[in-house]
Amino acid sequence: MTIWFSWEWPWYVAGPLIGLFVPALLIAGNKVFGISSNLRHLCSAIAPGGVEFFRYDWRKAGLWNLVFLAGVLIGGFLAFRAGAVHDIAISAETRVALTKLGIHDFSGVAPHQLFSWRALLTLRGFVSVVVGGFLVGFGTAYAAGCTSGHAISGLANFELPSLIAVIGFFAGGLAATYFILPFLLGGV
Amino acid sequence: MTRPPLTELEGCGAGGNEQDAGRPALLLVYLLLGIAFGVVLTGSEVVSWFRIQEMFRFQSFRMYGIIGSAIATAAVSLALIRRTGLKTVSGESISIPAIPLGSGIRYAAGGALFGLGWALTGACPGPLFALIGNGASVMIAAVVSALAGTWVYGWLRPLLPH
Repeated sequence: MTIWFSWEWPWYVAGPLIGLFVPALLIAGNKVFGISSNLRHLCSAIAPGGVEFFRYDWRKAGLWNLVFLAGVLIGGFLAFRAGAVHDIAISAETRVALTKLGIHDFSGVAPHQLFSWRALLTLRGFVSVVVGGFLVGFGTAYAAGCTSGHAISGLANFELPSLIAVIGFFAGGLAATYFILPFLLGGV
Repeated sequence: MTRPPLTELEGCGAGGNEQDAGRPALLLVYLLLGIAFGVVLTGSEVVSWFRIQEMFRFQSFRMYGIIGSAIATAAVSLALIRRTGLKTVSGESISIPAIPLGSGIRYAAGGALFGLGWALTGACPGPLFALIGNGASVMIAAVVSALAGTWVYGWLRPLLPH
């Protein structure tokens, strides 16, 4: 299976494959492709507290999606075992820009300087993993969707709320890239 | 394709019929589709922080090509489903609930907050889980934190503009 991962998948193969999950889930059981509602289902299952937002039958509403999510984790593991994880051949400009910010280890899928248990004890690692993770959870719940639900399912169905959300995704992403990261990595 | 009124559940992945939770054969289908999605996310390098940086710096067409062609493929599929009146495997008609606009604030504000998190972690929710499978165990901390974020949203929800 290694052969599948020994070169970079072209965008025109990867994109359509991702898009096909929309009809596949609809045909399987009238399900709308979207990952982030699993975070809500997990909250509802683990610690609903007294919060109205988590008081619903998560099994009925979300078991299918939690099973799908478990699959995503397993799929990541299988691809990893099959040799999918190698250095990412990013563009020379990005490499230069990130080097200027102090990133010098380009091995793996993410910089080890930010993403390791040891880095978690540094400000930059904590902000990248813990603050970033919190914003992913809060933002997707507030926006009622993420890249899969809004950018792919929603835009494919010509939903205006999804377009607003996707513009928001990019506004936030650009702000983090150009204002937060340079500040954060300044002290690397 | 009909658009039934929204149930109390909202958000991506919440729509559609919810009667089949107890059908193990179908759950196996969702598991296999999830596995395929995890493989595709990893193989296409969408899980990589470096690729997300390249995207937000507009230094490669790759991520735009992936997202754009994914949307196009999904849109064409939806048009075909509408035109052919294709049913689900169990024979139901396929429907996608409309997303209520409201004031739109939730999409702009929530979207921007998620965007900050997307660039910082280098991962959206699917890749967060795929990365754990990829052996990036520190992403477990990111998932726990994402759950905390979702929980805090649920708690603050009555106070937030939607």
